[in-house]
Amino acid sequence: MRPIEIVTQALELVAALAAAPLFLGWVNRCRAWLQNRRAPSLWLPYRTLRKLFFKDAVIAETASPLFRIAPYVVFGAMVVAAGIIPSMGTRLPFTVAADAIALVGLLATARVFLALAAMDIGTAFGTLGARREMMVGFLAEPALLMVIFVASLISATTALPAITENLATQSLGLYPSLAFTAVAFTLVLLAENARIPIDNPATHLELTMIHEAMALEYSARHLALMEWASALKLFNYACIGFALFVPWGVSTGSSSPLALAASIPLLAVKLTVAGAGLAVIETVSAKLRVFRAPEFLATAFLFAVLGLLVHLLLGG
Amino acid sequence: MPGTPLDLQLLNLCAALLLLLSFAMLAQRRVVTLVNLLATQGALLFIATLLLAWRTGEHHLYLSAFLTLALKVVFLPWLLHRLIRRLQVYWDTEPLLNIPGTMLIGLLVVVFSFGLAQPISALASTATRNAIGIAVAVVLLSFVTMITRRKAMSQVVGFLSMENGLFFGAMSATYGMPMIVEFGVALDVLVAVLVLGIFFFQIREQFDSLDLHHLESLRERSAQADSQTAALKEH
Repeated sequence: MRPIEIVTQALELVAALAAAPLFLGWVNRCRAWLQNRRAPSLWLPYRTLRKLFFKDAVIAETASPLFRIAPYVVFGAMVVAAGIIPSMGTRLPFTVAADAIALVGLLATARVFLALAAMDIGTAFGTLGARREMMVGFLAEPALLMVIFVASLISATTALPAITENLATQSLGLYPSLAFTAVAFTLVLLAENARIPIDNPATHLELTMIHEAMALEYSARHLALMEWASALKLFNYACIGFALFVPWGVSTGSSSPLALAASIPLLAVKLTVAGAGLAVIETVSAKLRVFRAPEFLATAFLFAVLGLLVHLLLGG
Repeated sequence: MPGTPLDLQLLNLCAALLLLLSFAMLAQRRVVTLVNLLATQGALLFIATLLLAWRTGEHHLYLSAFLTLALKVVFLPWLLHRLIRRLQVYWDTEPLLNIPGTMLIGLLVVVFSFGLAQPISALASTATRNAIGIAVAVVLLSFVTMITRRKAMSQVVGFLSMENGLFFGAMSATYGMPMIVEFGVALDVLVAVLVLGIFFFQIREQFDSLDLHHLESLRERSAQADSQTAALKEH
């Protein structure tokens, strides 16, 4: 293990933790611009987190220990995931521990704890949100796995850094299969991060909310961790997308400090563009009824499987 | 797939998009959009044929490309749009299966047809032989589209998309059919659509609807009518 690898790993973790709320703020800002509203400050998510961390926590009497530990588990899972995803460099000491399939499992662990904690209190909203989240999750996961399988088949490995390195270094080609899976991945990203066609992150309307319903009983530092974790989740998903579909600019091979330094502004550019794109998608699409969500995710699964089949047939 | 020439990559992309369009047709319930999808499919076919003609230097492919453009991108969609306006059919009724179910069946059909096309691709010597599987899949998916729809209009669109699939299959297996066959098929399709257009009006006049479901009860109705006349005679 060379020092540069440890530096890359540390830098990635710090960048994920620090930039995730900023990314969320940027998406919200773009949405506000597109909807002709006055945009909130980019630093609003940080201020919210700071405010929440300084408050006293209130916990329901009926809460079990699970309710207390769930925010730490969810947050921890997201931090570990951020360590596995090659957002700046592909030589990461952490990644020997988990490949892309384990990464999906890690995200699923976070989801299970989130849902269990939401049901723990026994309020109607929490249970409702948890059930909806699980419905979305069980449909989105196979699609995400299929997306990863296509990239794995192309690179003949399931290790995410190796996939990124392979895709970034080979000569440019047209991959219909990757194009299909990119669409599938975008749909999964929208569904998994409670973005607009499936869930509206800005609403507390009881009939439609999914993610907010689950975090309803949390307060203070627990809520802060939950919010931070969901910002990290969005950041992680964006970085998985970059690793699979826009791998250029990540420092590969025996990463030099220069390549690592160059990858930081490139990541910032990618995130800026992706955030704006996400805001556009959210603005032009309307929220689907909850019962239409399976149709939406079936489309994602269809795209991913079509990508797989096209790859098997056309070899690309 | 680095290493393959760019035009072949583009052809493969066209093939993949054709497959995608077939799925879009399978999911689409608005008839107007269905016709637009058909026109897009024709346009993709036109591009693919041009690319193939340029790649192989076969002159008759240029001719069939422009025949595709004139017939499948311009004329037939125009005709269908006109029919839709005059018949006022904008929506198909609820399909026989829900959409995710249809999609899953479609995926199975694609797997089946890829398996089916494997021996043919192994025998073919063209550069585009990999796309034969996609052509078979497009044909079978159009079949599924026709089976799951009730309205005559959507069935005709499914029929035309099936013809597109056959055309693409012939192209990728043997660089196109002989010109005379291609002209014959084009004429057939043209006449079929014109005749079906007349049929639409007849069907609607008879049943006040374009739902082909009504056609199934023809015999029962005539039997009923027979018994009625018999009863009248007895009186």
